[in-house]
Amino acid sequence: MRYQKMFAEKKQLNELAYVPFVLLGDPSYLQSFKIIQTLIDNGADALELGFAFSDPVADGPVIQEASLRPLANDFNVQDGFKLLKEVRGHYPDIPIGLLTYANLVFAQGIEQYYRMAQEAGVDSVLIADCPVEEGGLFTAVASQYSIDTVFIAPPDASDETLALVANNSKGYTYVLSRKGITGTEVSATQANSDFLSKLKSFDSAPLVQGFGISTVEHVYQAAEAGVDGVITGSALVKLINQYYNEPKIMLDEIAQYAKTMAEAAHQAQTINQ
Amino acid sequence: MTQVTSKQFEYDGAYIGQYGGQFVPQILMPALQQLEQAFENSIIDKQFKSKLNHLLDQYAGRPTPLTECSSFAVKENVRVFLKREDLLHGGAHKTNQVLAQALLAKQMGKRRIIAETGAGQHGVATALASALLGLEATIYMGAKDIDRQAPNVFRMKLMGAKVIPVDNGSGSLKDAINEALRDWAASYDDTHYLLGTAAGPHPFPKMVKHFQKVIGEEAKQQILEQVGKLPDAVIACVGGGSNAIGIFADFIKEDSVRLIGVEPAGKGLDSKQHGATLLKGTEGIIHGARTQTLQTKDGQIQESHSVSAGLDYPAVGPEHVHLMQTGRAQYVGVTDEEALEAFQELSRTEGIIPALESSHALAYAKKLANSADKPMNIIVNLSGRGDKDLAMVMDTITSQGAY
Repeated sequence: MRYQKMFAEKKQLNELAYVPFVLLGDPSYLQSFKIIQTLIDNGADALELGFAFSDPVADGPVIQEASLRPLANDFNVQDGFKLLKEVRGHYPDIPIGLLTYANLVFAQGIEQYYRMAQEAGVDSVLIADCPVEEGGLFTAVASQYSIDTVFIAPPDASDETLALVANNSKGYTYVLSRKGITGTEVSATQANSDFLSKLKSFDSAPLVQGFGISTVEHVYQAAEAGVDGVITGSALVKLINQYYNEPKIMLDEIAQYAKTMAEAAHQAQTINQ
Repeated sequence: MTQVTSKQFEYDGAYIGQYGGQFVPQILMPALQQLEQAFENSIIDKQFKSKLNHLLDQYAGRPTPLTECSSFAVKENVRVFLKREDLLHGGAHKTNQVLAQALLAKQMGKRRIIAETGAGQHGVATALASALLGLEATIYMGAKDIDRQAPNVFRMKLMGAKVIPVDNGSGSLKDAINEALRDWAASYDDTHYLLGTAAGPHPFPKMVKHFQKVIGEEAKQQILEQVGKLPDAVIACVGGGSNAIGIFADFIKEDSVRLIGVEPAGKGLDSKQHGATLLKGTEGIIHGARTQTLQTKDGQIQESHSVSAGLDYPAVGPEHVHLMQTGRAQYVGVTDEEALEAFQELSRTEGIIPALESSHALAYAKKLANSADKPMNIIVNLSGRGDKDLAMVMDTITSQGAY
């Protein structure tokens, strides 16, 4: 229910939700916790947290590079859930979404994975390489453990697919305005408002846009198109790639960036008017 | 031997048994759906079939012979036959399905082809088909493989393909597939991903099998002509599994024929350095399919190892998992060393230099022949020729002081 509550509040305030993404355990357990604290302290409305995978086909070079650090440190699934539990302990209300790959869920045993997610206080799981057409393998177990399953609505999907996504995505719907993989190399474009209104007409959960969002302008465009929130991943992770050896600078840079983007998300509706 | 029931070995939608599926980012689903539609149409499209058959016969050189060995692995009452895919244009079986997919790409209105390659054989096949049909080709190849397969890299470039080295991950075939999938996620409007093996998301395993089954259909007819009966065993090497599924396909419903897939045991099945996904892997989801893979307890995909780049892949086509689980096919391992021996022995005894990949199948054929206690006819899929491996094998055996 954390997503519903948060989105309702945002709506009342006429604000977009700001949802930052980082990898769990990057660059270390301790620093990862501090990064998450910094993001929340600087205006994050929800968190999207990733598990590093050896073969991240949906990710561009920035997140690929970052993924190597938790893997090299043997930061495993148990460590990830321990860290999540700790975050939840400090922040009982913030919605927490996991972004992972199908094999990481499968390898634990699907049931065991969602049980751990529930115990850690996770609200949603998005599996980057599981389209809604294959979602059945996971969704029934997920809802048994009160975990929302999030699906992605790509820009050129057929009406049939959009309806499927809208009907199955719980918590929020992750919308893309462009094709491709994660990364800032290709910027987000303004989402087609026809596409967004179709999703709304199918009673979609709140729409959160990701992929290629890195600047304040992108956030304003997203607001204008009519989404309910924005995700920034690679732009943030790039800062970790750059400064992970200098934790203080890293946290300062992250604080500054998150603050700028959160403010943009919170003011975008007002400014666009 | 399990009872072969009619539906047990057919695809049900995206799945064969419980394996397969389409575990890809949502963004790729339209591309897979378009491809599936085009593929299903092509099966009943007479014009497509006649165009493809024309290319296979007049350009690629089908049918390929079934050559009986004069002495390799031969002993009293044991006859060994080689299905000569090494003689196909391009030097390996890859050309069969590449021509088919390239034609499909044209029909779908694509102008650009992307592909991954390990040993470079699939890259070469993709480059030649693209050159022939006027398509732009970009080949992703692991940086490690570029080093060990230099002649094939040059071949691809000569035929106008762009070869992009992939440095991330283990720098081999699996990483090249990741990179091709990433390219495709942005480019599918005008680009076809010409996947090179019977793995990956549906419809690739089913489609690649369909376009490779000509190997087994020919072999069956040829052995019936030459021997007058079905073979006792059909042996093929398995990396992703396309040459194996191609030669197995027409024999799956022939209960009496043993189907044997040979995996790369590298430095030994009990070492950490092998590519024996079926024998030593566990069930997982990788490169779009529920299949078997080499992975850690946490589900991170591990690097494989094989002396042959074409078998150096930590996953496998889903149908092979199904064939193993149902007991219809048997899978065994052959080490780098055994493959290198077979490579040299076939050269010496038959005057045929086999690919290191196919040498794995040859090595097992020899073992099987040696242990035979009754008359036996064996078909080995000689899936490719060994020219591409010469530099590597020369280095290895001169360092052992053999020559």
